[in-house]
Amino acid sequence: MPDADKTSRSCAPQRDGAGAKAQPVAAATGPRADLREQRERRRRRNRTRAVLENASPFLISALLLALWQVIVPLAQVPQLILPTPLQIIAKIGKSYPLLLADTKVTLLEVLYGFIAAVAVGIPIALCVFYSRIFAKSIYPILVGLQTIPKVALAPLLVMWFGFGLVPKVVISFLIAFFPIVITTVVGLSGLDREMVYLVRSMGANEFQTFIKIRLPAALPSIFGGFKVAIALSVVGAVIGEYIAAESGLGYRQLTANIQFDSALNFAALIFIALCGVITFAAISGLERVFVRQP
Amino acid sequence: MSSTAELVLRPHNQPNRADQACRPGLHAVSITLDNVTKVYESQSGDEVWALDRLDFAIDAGRFVSVVGPSGCGKSTLLLMLAGLIPVTSGMIRLNGEAVTRPHPQIAVVFQRDLLLYWRRVLDNVLLPVEIRRWGRSKFVKQAEQLLDQVGLTEFSHRFVDELSGGMRQRVAICRALVQNPGLLIMDEPFGALDALTREQMNVDLQKIWLTVANTVVFITHSIDEAVFLSDRVLVMSPRPGRVLLDLAIDLPRPRKLNVRSDMRFVGFVDQIRRVFEASGTLRGE
Repeated sequence: MPDADKTSRSCAPQRDGAGAKAQPVAAATGPRADLREQRERRRRRNRTRAVLENASPFLISALLLALWQVIVPLAQVPQLILPTPLQIIAKIGKSYPLLLADTKVTLLEVLYGFIAAVAVGIPIALCVFYSRIFAKSIYPILVGLQTIPKVALAPLLVMWFGFGLVPKVVISFLIAFFPIVITTVVGLSGLDREMVYLVRSMGANEFQTFIKIRLPAALPSIFGGFKVAIALSVVGAVIGEYIAAESGLGYRQLTANIQFDSALNFAALIFIALCGVITFAAISGLERVFVRQP
Repeated sequence: MSSTAELVLRPHNQPNRADQACRPGLHAVSITLDNVTKVYESQSGDEVWALDRLDFAIDAGRFVSVVGPSGCGKSTLLLMLAGLIPVTSGMIRLNGEAVTRPHPQIAVVFQRDLLLYWRRVLDNVLLPVEIRRWGRSKFVKQAEQLLDQVGLTEFSHRFVDELSGGMRQRVAICRALVQNPGLLIMDEPFGALDALTREQMNVDLQKIWLTVANTVVFITHSIDEAVFLSDRVLVMSPRPGRVLLDLAIDLPRPRKLNVRSDMRFVGFVDQIRRVFEASGTLRGE
């Protein structure tokens, strides 16, 4: 027993830091109590800040919508020009089956276009990276083609592929393809030479070098490209629907315009935005699972 | 590659030889350089002589340091020893066999740790085993032992960006040693570390090397570090790099940190410094 007593006494100063003479437990004053108080204050402040930060986008949105809702009737803006948020919500409530069917069409166009852009863009990026000849000959043409506005191709694509899914997927693909190629090439080229020396000294061939270091090191950049591309894919699909279509959110906007149904037009707009947000979030989710940021 | 199979079957840990004389480990290799010259040709056709007729041999199981000023071709020497770039003329031999491409008996530690940030510590250490297809599971235990030796056991499942600079370089050394290399080449591995960490790493490296007992070629800027670690120090001239001094350091091992104040240690350092002064690398006053 006396032994244990001695041990605990000799340990106490160590636990408390040099020079702390106060009892280690339940001290009402002294450095320990001060530290506890500061920690508590900091925790409270952080919690308040976190709540505020997380709520802020919703608060701002709600505020803007409320302003919109109040000002439009006051300024006597006709519904044809600018419907109020409540009118738009009512419209969504009434015609959501139609809007959901259109969303499905548009989302499919976006997905097919994006997948095609990945399936073609990555191999082309690999060719650009690994073959000087390819980089010198094909790359400038790709860059040149990129300067053509994709909208300008839409009428031609309709002539070639008709009114169905294909022309929208093609526009979506064309518009999403380029950022994927660029970011993949940039990501692959970013690897430093010593890293290659390292795995070569371990006997790696080029395939292993690619799988073990080039690709993983390029993934953050590639996923950056994916995020840009998926947002552009939505733009491409909707543009395709503006030119010629029988369904889809862009088509819905056009018909709403013809019928002077501004509320439906806005409702379709909201669903287009949702398409963008959902697909972007999906890519971000994949990124979180598969990619560790440097 | 028959040597690959041999390497896997070999016992992973050599008996501790700290208490023995410096006897080479079972798989340590000898290296011979015959008039090795490296000339780079720039695009405009200018010739840059990086190394000029290096001619020396390193016995199996020796720790040899190469010290020299920046740009004396030390890194070129490293890349050629590792079989990563070709020699312009002459020949490098490993146990009598010409080195023309990366060899399973040679491992390299670079100045930067070059760890893969998307892998955990243990997976980083096992990278060479994966690349050489030696069967990861057979080496997990050895990798863990190595990490244990450098005091990183509880970090083996952390991502490497959670580690400090010194810890990261320890992981890089484990990654090289997991291959049981007969020759370990180190290119200023502690150059980026602070002075105190660096001294600690010197002590730790000596300890590990005394158990592994392979051949080490250690490239450094630091005369102190070279003398502390080595059996032999090669002093290089400014470009084109030639060997100015080949100095045997016969201080007993294991050397303690305070060996630096030993008169013989000071004598060795002084001798090397005087060679640098004579060659114009260092200017007194």
